[in-house]
Amino acid sequence: MLRTTFWRLGTAVPSVVGVIIVTFLLTRVLPGDPAIYFAGPVASAQAIADIRRQLGLDQPLWAQFLRYVGDLVHGNLGISLNTGQPVLAEIATRLPASAELTLCGLLLAVAIAVPLGVLAALRQDSWIDHLCRVVTTAGVSLPVFFTGLLAVYVFYYVLGWAPAPLGRLDSFLSEPPRATGFFLIDALLARDGEVFFAALGQLVLPALTLAVFALAPLARITRAAMLTALASEFVRTARAAGLGARTVVFTYAFRNALLPLLTTIGMVFSFLLGANVLVEKVFAWPGIGSYAVEALIASDFAPVQGFVLTMAILYILLNLLIDLLYGLVDPRMRAA
Amino acid sequence: MKRRAFLAASAGTIAAPFVARREAAAQSPSRAETLLLVQEYGPNSMDMQGLGASQPVNGVALNCYDRLVRFKRVPLPDGQGMTFTLNELEPELAESWQTASDGMSVTFKLRDARFHSGRPVTAKDVKWSLDRAVSIGGFATTQMAAGSMEKPEQFVAVDDKTFRIDFIRKDKLLMPNLGVTIPFVFDSELAIRNAAGDPWAKEYLKNNVAGSGAFKVESWKPGTETIYIRNDDWASGPKPAMRRIITRDIPSPATRRALLERGDADVSFGLPPKDFKDLAEIGKVQVIGVPVPNGIWYAAMNTATGPYTDVRVRQAVAWAMPYDKIMQAALYGRGVPMWGAKGPPTTTAWPQPFPYDTNMEKAKALMQQAAPGGFSTSVLFDAGQATIAEPIAVLIKEALAPLGINVELNKVPGANFRGELAKKTAPMVINRFAGWLDWPDYFFFWNYHGNNSVFNVSSYQNPALDRLVDAARFTSDQAVYAENVKAFIAMAQEQLPAVPLAQPLHDVAMLKTIGGYQFWPCREPDFRSFTKKA
Repeated sequence: MLRTTFWRLGTAVPSVVGVIIVTFLLTRVLPGDPAIYFAGPVASAQAIADIRRQLGLDQPLWAQFLRYVGDLVHGNLGISLNTGQPVLAEIATRLPASAELTLCGLLLAVAIAVPLGVLAALRQDSWIDHLCRVVTTAGVSLPVFFTGLLAVYVFYYVLGWAPAPLGRLDSFLSEPPRATGFFLIDALLARDGEVFFAALGQLVLPALTLAVFALAPLARITRAAMLTALASEFVRTARAAGLGARTVVFTYAFRNALLPLLTTIGMVFSFLLGANVLVEKVFAWPGIGSYAVEALIASDFAPVQGFVLTMAILYILLNLLIDLLYGLVDPRMRAA
Repeated sequence: MKRRAFLAASAGTIAAPFVARREAAAQSPSRAETLLLVQEYGPNSMDMQGLGASQPVNGVALNCYDRLVRFKRVPLPDGQGMTFTLNELEPELAESWQTASDGMSVTFKLRDARFHSGRPVTAKDVKWSLDRAVSIGGFATTQMAAGSMEKPEQFVAVDDKTFRIDFIRKDKLLMPNLGVTIPFVFDSELAIRNAAGDPWAKEYLKNNVAGSGAFKVESWKPGTETIYIRNDDWASGPKPAMRRIITRDIPSPATRRALLERGDADVSFGLPPKDFKDLAEIGKVQVIGVPVPNGIWYAAMNTATGPYTDVRVRQAVAWAMPYDKIMQAALYGRGVPMWGAKGPPTTTAWPQPFPYDTNMEKAKALMQQAAPGGFSTSVLFDAGQATIAEPIAVLIKEALAPLGINVELNKVPGANFRGELAKKTAPMVINRFAGWLDWPDYFFFWNYHGNNSVFNVSSYQNPALDRLVDAARFTSDQAVYAENVKAFIAMAQEQLPAVPLAQPLHDVAMLKTIGGYQFWPCREPDFRSFTKKA
């Protein structure tokens, strides 16, 4: 397994190099000019030239690229002009915020979607199958910002059940001492119940919003995969051999249905992590998606490059993790 | 151990972590002394003089630093909160000042004030700070030059408590320009000590406050929140009522509105005009709208190149403009009309209504003479201002179609928009301008003068207008001033480098328990004057 891991990591190197080159070139061909933007509205030509020199934008492209790669080697992702802070530090605080939200949303989605999909497959055309169909259709067709705003309106504004959507924590509490960047875990480590429940309260609505969105693909894949598995010959054989219904469904059918489900979970997770900009905006969540979008609007190169690079590395690691999980689920994969 | 006893004991162990409450909470300022303000985005730096500082950085300069002088506060017409007048100044760090008999310098006496570091404020600090403003480049230097403050030699530290500014020319904007959020005073020793060799300590001051102002920054998390805490030793004014100000960055306006309406936020800055209109009508919270001084929404037409070079076409557009629809559908009534004047200007007020209405007959007649075949063109606006600019653009497109002008909308994001403006090739641009110093000659200098600044979006060049603007800027004779101002306003009304659409209101929504709202040219909230009823 260790060998597989190293082999896979090795094959990822060309992808990372490719990503570095492509993001560098892409940000350079964007139409906006960061120097003009950050020089402010009344800047003189001199001020714009000064900024351009400071950013190294007056140099030829290859020199800029060498400088960028040199900085990368030293772990320096540059400084965001938008927020004035080092990109690495900001990604380090924002990625856990996004990851915590996405993980909670995904867990919630899996907890609902998998039983729903399995039951829908077992009782085809029953009410639960119809429910599954309705939920998945609603999940894909309702835009995230709509479900988010609706959730804020109903649960916060009208009913007053949810805490104020002010981001990760109420303004009158201070953050737990940083260990992982996940507030729930950090609060537990600090044995701070008040902060733990406050952070949990803030998480509920955005996580639910994400879950509604992530439910659809997961439930559908679970149902489809279960149907295929249940119709296959080894399940028929197992049934014919007189194995109990529980064993047939869980040990034989579900274990086989897990493979496509795992792939989908991995895809949904990596997609949600960077793409839930709208949820982040509605709930004032200081996540990585809105950070990247803001930077893109301002032609702020460094954060955009840092974001794409981070996401690329995350995708690679996630794919690796899922491949390793395949091995655990399906012995045939280990041999290969 | 009995089973029940064991369960009780383990429950206690599990609950234990949650019992440990934090002690700090008891000492921190209570909710009654804390103000929670929500805004779209917060400061990207602590240094308003630095390059690339965003709009909210003005708030840091205003609340955490002092200037020599501030503008006199005057009540708003409806009694809700305060605004200011540029014509009278009040002491801030300066206790008093005296203009020399030849009128070519002004001498300030400093009050006994201390920086947050505990050091007394001296004339040396004032000189360093103003030297920095005129030398650092970018916006700060441009703003200082607008008041004829251009070189460090103009600033003289006479002794510890006496500071002098020598004039290079008589300029009525010099004294008012000392009250804006650029010439504020740094603790120069602290800054230099931490500068690591940079003469202006840019990196240190970007991340740290070194001032004497009424508030200190307790914590700053860019993109999330900034927390300010009162400086109890503030000497330059009455002690602020609020002890702690929390500003949270909430990007979604719908969420900001919900927070305010539920009473979880005290003040909400920057909502779309429709929300302000609704909130004002519902009446659960108070909405204060101040007409932005020297500010207009306008549709500028390129006079140097493209289809609008013929003045008759520009006049046709001014007659075709759907003014009232724009006010209702784009600004939701949160503005002051800028159309429908009867005849040429009679006052020097700026902005003031232009003598145009929506009159398609006149528009068609002018187009018939100038460009009977019509033409296809485009209108440029900033995606960041799309909430207002996009409906305006759509209405203009609709209104110009009967004239045979086919308009394509060109919405571009922030960085590209600035770039497009700098190119000066866009045929029509929808934008807003608001100068800090509320004088018509100042507005015209930036927008229509032959110096062709980036704000002269229409690339308007007219030596006759330049002469009038320059004459008004540097005269001290009131009658000559009024005559020149009226003349250049009349010229703009006839020549129309831009059609003014409306003067926007600067709106803020607050809970009814919040008082003491103060409006300043920089348009950022002044924490020093807010009050909160329990």
